[in-house]
Amino acid sequence: MNKPVKEDETLAHHLPTTPMDPDVMAARNAKIQVAMIGLCGCWGCNLSFLDMDENLLKLLEKVNINRSSFTDIKEIPVRSAIGFIEGGIANEENIETLEHFRENCDILISVGACAVWGGVPAMRNVETLEDCLREAYIDSPTRPLQQPPTIPYHPDIPRITKKVYPLHEVVKIDYFIPGCPPDGQVIYKVLDDLVHGRPFSIPAEINRYD
Amino acid sequence: MSISITIDGKEIETEEGETLIDVAADNGVYIPSLCYMRGKPCLGTCRVCSVKVNGNVMASCTVPVADGMEVSVADPEVADMRKALVEINFSEGNHNCPSCEKSGRCELQAVGYEVEMMASRFPYRFPVRTRDHASEHIFLERDRCIFCQRCVEFIRDKETGQKIFTISERGTGAQIDIDEELANKMTPEQVTEAAEMCPVGCIIEKGLGYNDPMGKRKFDIKSLRQRTLEGEEV
Repeated sequence: MNKPVKEDETLAHHLPTTPMDPDVMAARNAKIQVAMIGLCGCWGCNLSFLDMDENLLKLLEKVNINRSSFTDIKEIPVRSAIGFIEGGIANEENIETLEHFRENCDILISVGACAVWGGVPAMRNVETLEDCLREAYIDSPTRPLQQPPTIPYHPDIPRITKKVYPLHEVVKIDYFIPGCPPDGQVIYKVLDDLVHGRPFSIPAEINRYD
Repeated sequence: MSISITIDGKEIETEEGETLIDVAADNGVYIPSLCYMRGKPCLGTCRVCSVKVNGNVMASCTVPVADGMEVSVADPEVADMRKALVEINFSEGNHNCPSCEKSGRCELQAVGYEVEMMASRFPYRFPVRTRDHASEHIFLERDRCIFCQRCVEFIRDKETGQKIFTISERGTGAQIDIDEELANKMTPEQVTEAAEMCPVGCIIEKGLGYNDPMGKRKFDIKSLRQRTLEGEEV
């Protein structure tokens, strides 16, 4: 829960902001809009995105990243051309976010093993949800012993799905980049091909599932 | 007898009765396969080497070449069939490449790259399968078995010729089994042979795994396509 704000207190994000230079703003808006999100994953694919190194500068001449953990923008501000999604579907909030991306992006790309087939979180698919929760919260050797064993349940906590699903089993996904994580240069190749309107492919030499 | 066939419109001189998949490899045409091993009898179980022969879809490891045969490997329809067969294998078991001991040396993975598989078009099933740790040197990770039957046919007890690996049950209940007694009699070389023959990470040699770092693993050094075209035993 948010800390209650005292009347005379000013939080950092309440400080008056300098208006964005209109030329810079116009240049950003003219670019191809990209929104990014990590669902049930480890954020490693987002890190791999940064691994494209100096190619990131070339890419940013063409695209503007709006919603993403890099920019700390929490909503998709304008309709975007590309949605870059990492991680699988493991709770209701993931479904909601994914549907929001589908509605607001022209193209969705499933990035990494978790998004493509469930990945490491999907290892729980061979167990029942009950067993998973019991192992994590009731029988866990690291649970705080002074407290009664409790499975967290509250309206503020997104309900967990029975199984972990790949993105394309929930909404339509246009492209896939497998890998755990995919190589930064592979991500660059895909995005570069897309923004230049070239036919899209990941040849065998650079395709990786691990 | 010397005969002539065409593969994707290219005329090829070869000997009658040779196996189509070998003839293709010798002439620079890679056809993916998961069960066929050059020099060993054909199994014809995986069907991943399907091509069009005179317009009909056939598994190329089962086809002896004959004069005038018109073979189509690159045909988009049959190429997509091969891809679909690979995708079925991935969705039928639990193929967790990021955590698998066989990653980088796995033929299923390497064939996936060759057919440019990104995700399976079939729903992932996540079946529940039990592992078999009973024998001394081998454990079976049944999540990954694709029922190619290489181990069933080619790994046998040295003295009696009896099968060490078998497939029990049928259909969705089918599973690979190991004869514990015969398996414990296997020589270390035979254990390694069995583990390397397995095109996936189902037959695992106990105490081994993740020995080569990424970038230095079997198919990182040289791709499956290159190895097959060079006639190397994979």
